[in-house]
Amino acid sequence: MSVQKPRTLFDKIWDAHVVDTLPDGTALLYIDLHLTHEVTTPQAYDGLRAAGRRVRRPDATLAVVDHNIATDDSRRTGIVDPESRLQVETLEKNVAEFGVPYIPLLDDRQGIVHVIGPELGRSLPGMTIVCGDSHTSTHGAMGALAFGIGTSEVEHVLATQTLLQKPAKNMKVQVDGNLAFGCSGKDIVLAIIGKIGTAGGTGHVIEYAGDTIRALDMAGRMTVCNMTIEGGARAGMVAPDQTTFDYVAQTPNGPKGETLERALAWWKTLPSDPGAHFDRVVSLNAHEIAPQVTWGTSPEDVLPITGIIPNPEEAADEARRAQLRRMVEYMGLTPGQRLQELPVDVVFIGSCTNSRIEDIRAAAAIAKGRRVADGVRAMVVPGSGLVKKQAEREGLDRILREAGFEWREAGCSMCLGMNPDKLTPGQRSASTSNRNFEGRQGPGGRTHLLSPAMAAAAAVAGHLADVRDYQPKEALS
Amino acid sequence: MKAFTTLTGIAAPLPMANVDTDKIIPARFLKSISRAGFGKHLFANLRFREDGSENPDFVLNQEPYRRAEILIAYENFGCGSSREHAPWALLDFGIRCVIAPDFADIFNNNCYKNGVLPVRLPREVCELLVEDAKLGGNARVTVDLERQVVIRPNGEEHSFPVDALRKRLLLNGLDDIGQTLQHGTQIDSYEAKQKSAQPWLAPA
Ligand code: SF4
Repeated sequence: MSVQKPRTLFDKIWDAHVVDTLPDGTALLYIDLHLTHEVTTPQAYDGLRAAGRRVRRPDATLAVVDHNIATDDSRRTGIVDPESRLQVETLEKNVAEFGVPYIPLLDDRQGIVHVIGPELGRSLPGMTIVCGDSHTSTHGAMGALAFGIGTSEVEHVLATQTLLQKPAKNMKVQVDGNLAFGCSGKDIVLAIIGKIGTAGGTGHVIEYAGDTIRALDMAGRMTVCNMTIEGGARAGMVAPDQTTFDYVAQTPNGPKGETLERALAWWKTLPSDPGAHFDRVVSLNAHEIAPQVTWGTSPEDVLPITGIIPNPEEAADEARRAQLRRMVEYMGLTPGQRLQELPVDVVFIGSCTNSRIEDIRAAAAIAKGRRVADGVRAMVVPGSGLVKKQAEREGLDRILREAGFEWREAGCSMCLGMNPDKLTPGQRSASTSNRNFEGRQGPGGRTHLLSPAMAAAAAVAGHLADVRDYQPKEALS
Repeated sequence: MKAFTTLTGIAAPLPMANVDTDKIIPARFLKSISRAGFGKHLFANLRFREDGSENPDFVLNQEPYRRAEILIAYENFGCGSSREHAPWALLDFGIRCVIAPDFADIFNNNCYKNGVLPVRLPREVCELLVEDAKLGGNARVTVDLERQVVIRPNGEEHSFPVDALRKRLLLNGLDDIGQTLQHGTQIDSYEAKQKSAQPWLAPA
């Protein structure tokens, strides 16, 4: 019997999906699940039409609207912005013409594409998953290989259910130790990006390992995998384990009964073999991670909440000095200023990074019995209609509303400044989303990325605050 | 995708290096839902003045270059963002071939995916072609992909390199999808195998 070389989780999923290999080593990779939304698909469907092609596997494709839509009651009366409305209407026309399953805006299951895939039990361990969206890395938390693609590739997958791909390198990020008080998956991933930098994972697929990752619930793992792309890697993954299997078992569309048993038998073979080769390994100690906040306009410019704004003139080279000066100016900061002094105008709890029920519970726990500070607009945007319903069953909406938070409908909302939820120039936000680029949340907006609990603490304090000083006053009932 | 075999047409001179994709099509025009229609925004910041009127100094606003099918430029054409809207805009305007000393990687790939031929020729040859192109409508340039040569109006030929697979796809008008569909039998059998081995992949 031949002894197989030890393989990583990535290698195993990759090998199981190679349909054919071209002479130059490019693989034709089979795609198990293709998630789609309104922004990156219109030209792909046009291409299919022009070539007289059909969608090969509508049953392995799922469409939803999330980017362009309003997250208040106005969604019931139609989209106001004509370009946004046209993108949504175009998606509806295309899915009808090509027979692609679609979750419409007013369906309870509607939500951010990266929230609903796992939640419905469509994103499963061992799968290859793609979407015309860079945060597709989120689904890697299920123990899947999931990555974002461009519009031509969307069309390629629609037509052939495959992609032409060269294999990536393997990178392991090992996190061990107990997570410190007040910290969550968001703090872990921000600390990782702070350590490896925004290009640290380029050309690699990252596997997150270690007992800290094992101890995270699925929501925490999704937060970590979600921001993998901010560390430069197209995909991040966590080996499936009992936490994953229990999660899958309670999803509405996941496998059940005997089919689930068969799936489990394969899923349990997926974790990386002992001795499998990683091209790069990075290790972190969880108890050294304090609650994190970004201060600049790139996710790698992150500090513990106790930190102070750095002095650009102390940077090593002129290019970096110039970059830091620009950041300090754009963000309206003074070197030496304490992060906790920064007053916030808007608090946004939502996005595919942090809008799951666990995230909303974490925010509500801090908000309970407190009030949003005067002059602060604080909004909570659940990731899906199902998350919203669950939160309402638990009474979290009431706690948040009583504390002065807006309780909104599911969507991308203020993550990207494409729909009505936007910052105005100069506004400072504490946001649980994933990108703090200039203008990302609206032209001139200033974004600080942090965890849901930290965001709630900022809302009640009126400035960036250390969640460790704002522990729950009362238990959530 | 339209096949590319031989093209004889008007060449527009754009003697600039580092023409980036933001120049080719500025970001504010990416909201469209269509691949078509970007031609009117091609080189928008160079072609139009702030009040929206045409800039008469820009080559594509002059006769006969409004009907150009070939563009001659210098080094590192297509650098910057990965937007596929750049070749879409060229194609929609009517330009099916860009000749330059070299091209940025992603732009180069995006061109092939859309039936636009990027031709690499040495800088000296590009300079000669720029002079030819300046002669206007009577100086047609020919690009023969089969023979891999560019023919100047005076009949002088210059050969250029093309990847064999890319060449085959373009000559036959096959895009990547057309190429992949030739593996249809393998995809069919993969799917059949998967269906019995992994029944959980069929959604409930
Ligand atoms: S929530 Fe933000 S990052 Fe996530 S899919 Fe929507 S726009 Fe993209």
